[in-house]
Amino acid sequence: MKAKILTGTHYMLGDHACAEGAIAAGCRFFAGYPITPSTEIAEWISRRLPLFGGIYIQMEDEIASITALIGASCGGVKSMTATSGPGYSLMVEGIGLAVMLEVPCVIVNVQRGAPSTGLPTLVGQGDVMQARWGSHGDYEIIALAPNSCQEMFDLTIKAFNLSEKYRVPVTILSDEAVGHLREKVVIPPEEKIEIIDRKKPNVPPEEYWPYIPDEDLVPPMAIAGEGYFVHMTGLTHDERGYPDITGEAHERLVRRLIDKIQKNRKDIIEYEEVMLDDAEIVVVSFGITARAALKAVREARKKGIKAGLFRLITIWPFPEERIAEISKKIEKFVVAEINQGQVRREVERARVNSVPVIGVHKLGGELITPDEILEGIWKKQN
Amino acid sequence: MEETKLIEKVHPLEEYFRKERLPHIWCSGCGLGIAMSSLLYAIKELEIPREKIAIVSGIGCSGRVAGYVRVDSYHTTHGRPIAFATGLKIARPDLNVIVFSGDGDIAAIGGNHLIHAARRNMDITVICVNNFNYGMTGGQFGPTTPLEAITTTTPYGNFEYPFNLPHLAASSGATFVARWTVLHAYQLRQSIKKALSRKGFNFIEVISPCPTGFGRPNKIGEPIDEMRYYKENSVIRNGIDPKEAELSFRGKIVVGEFVEIEKPSYLEIYQKFLEEKGIKK
Amino acid sequence: MEKTNSKGFWRKPLDLDKLERKRGIVHINEELCKGCSFCIEFCPGGVLERKDRLNSKGYHPPYTKYPEKCTGCGFCERVCPEFAIIVEKELVK
Repeated sequence: MKAKILTGTHYMLGDHACAEGAIAAGCRFFAGYPITPSTEIAEWISRRLPLFGGIYIQMEDEIASITALIGASCGGVKSMTATSGPGYSLMVEGIGLAVMLEVPCVIVNVQRGAPSTGLPTLVGQGDVMQARWGSHGDYEIIALAPNSCQEMFDLTIKAFNLSEKYRVPVTILSDEAVGHLREKVVIPPEEKIEIIDRKKPNVPPEEYWPYIPDEDLVPPMAIAGEGYFVHMTGLTHDERGYPDITGEAHERLVRRLIDKIQKNRKDIIEYEEVMLDDAEIVVVSFGITARAALKAVREARKKGIKAGLFRLITIWPFPEERIAEISKKIEKFVVAEINQGQVRREVERARVNSVPVIGVHKLGGELITPDEILEGIWKKQN
Repeated sequence: MEETKLIEKVHPLEEYFRKERLPHIWCSGCGLGIAMSSLLYAIKELEIPREKIAIVSGIGCSGRVAGYVRVDSYHTTHGRPIAFATGLKIARPDLNVIVFSGDGDIAAIGGNHLIHAARRNMDITVICVNNFNYGMTGGQFGPTTPLEAITTTTPYGNFEYPFNLPHLAASSGATFVARWTVLHAYQLRQSIKKALSRKGFNFIEVISPCPTGFGRPNKIGEPIDEMRYYKENSVIRNGIDPKEAELSFRGKIVVGEFVEIEKPSYLEIYQKFLEEKGIKK
Repeated sequence: MEKTNSKGFWRKPLDLDKLERKRGIVHINEELCKGCSFCIEFCPGGVLERKDRLNSKGYHPPYTKYPEKCTGCGFCERVCPEFAIIVEKELVK
């Protein structure tokens, strides 16, 4: 009997929903290393993936995991790994390789208290900048932030679709609170799930060059074993894939890698706006903190304050244009996040005037409560 | 003045290497070209279809091989070709995945991946070209540099013990282990053919001259002197315990096929377990 | 006792007309040569020798000094790191 995804309504752990979402998206290879709080993803996948013909391999470390992902993806199989802060730090060189080779893969970072070993079993949201700038050099990646178990399922599918469409590694910036939460998750039937696959070459092997982009700046991808004899290298390369160690080739290549994401921002960026139309104070948040922010906004409205919520679903690329637009009409931003101000910096950078940006921060280990966000809303209110 | 002839004769390996990229970047007297051509002859003689071969390399002079072979080739980050090859082989068991890299890439930064891939008996072939130093960065010492050798970062002589790579691979679980020098081009080709035809983790160490990085500081002379040294000092000992095959600075070089055992490979065991539990792939 | 005949055999082999000797013609791509001289040193028959002339990169490529001694073993082709040698094998009676 053919294995099927778990269509139906479930009471599910966030990590498990993420794993089931990966399977529904077509992931058939998982290489990982157990790390709290993402171990449950590995456990669920190790049980479910073989039923679908996939393989779970536990590599010796996270560096081997990300590299094995890239290898499997070059062979044409959708692949994923799951880790937390310390593992992500090990993976960043590999992520740089995936960016340079333009290989689709998905990395789940269930964030925890950091830096270093930090708080393995407690929540954190401090890896936002690392997801953007972790690897060396200038590059662009996509990062999504789920705030519920349902989004752990939905956004994992979206992550795979985006990574296949744009040939870029996609990070899912979850956090320990969402990962270890149990909630209602509705899994639709398989035929209702939209799956995007990477573009295949439409010319015969003799005419194929691996890095000639289409109009959307994404080249069709030839996988190993099909007679295309691709050469992929992490060195700066030209359109044939051969190393070309010149400034001119570097400018051409890296500029395209950056534009590939930047010029397609409208397709990639997603956010949620609640009560924003007449808002004077906008709370910006993501992940588990956004749920507390929603409660705070509702409470503020009850007290007559015109508050609204701007929830980031895509953290990178950052929705600068929307923040700029919003900043023109409001009195202040309140940014709530369990870190020292990583998204707050982005909001300060993106606003077009000097509207105040108040930060509501914790460093890790404890959730930000709605009352604390309300305090931020009230600050300098009177 | 006599004109240089550019001959129209076709090299027997012509379809296997990217002719437009020659001459390659390796120094005069470097053994990498011989190692690469031995690999390509082996592939040709076994008549493996070119689209079923994938070559993965790391960083270093050996790593540049990926750019010269006309098969699906991947030039990855330093130390990680074995991990990459693991992922590629699992995703595509139909491909013959070969890792071709250097001693620093495989045994230093990649050491962890080497011992684990050997432990798993992963179905890949690893060709480790050992020139006793880190050539690409100018000749620093590495985990295979013999005691007392001079390199740019051991100006007073190397005081670290080196690895015995066949011993390391065999004790980690590799099921086929061999060592040859580039002078033994014929035997090297035969060993590679054997490795490519069998399942399990195959490890072949290839000893190569490095006139620029290792030869000059250690006063070895011209690369031809190094090759003469291989001729005089290598002893073929097939089947011995790799523990006995230690190398020393300017000592005897023990070469041969040391280990060849039959053991179920990673993919074979995985398949068997799933079938026993009633899970079809 | 028979003397050695003109072909150098002690006694004429009965199947001399069926014997085939391998011979080789060595083609050298001089522009690819980097002058390592592995081919010259390790040719079992001593067929190759260094040319006095330089190629455009400044190396002395080899040439076949004693082409009649070449048996077409192909070792020069195998041991050349530059893919610069091609050995054409033929059979002669």
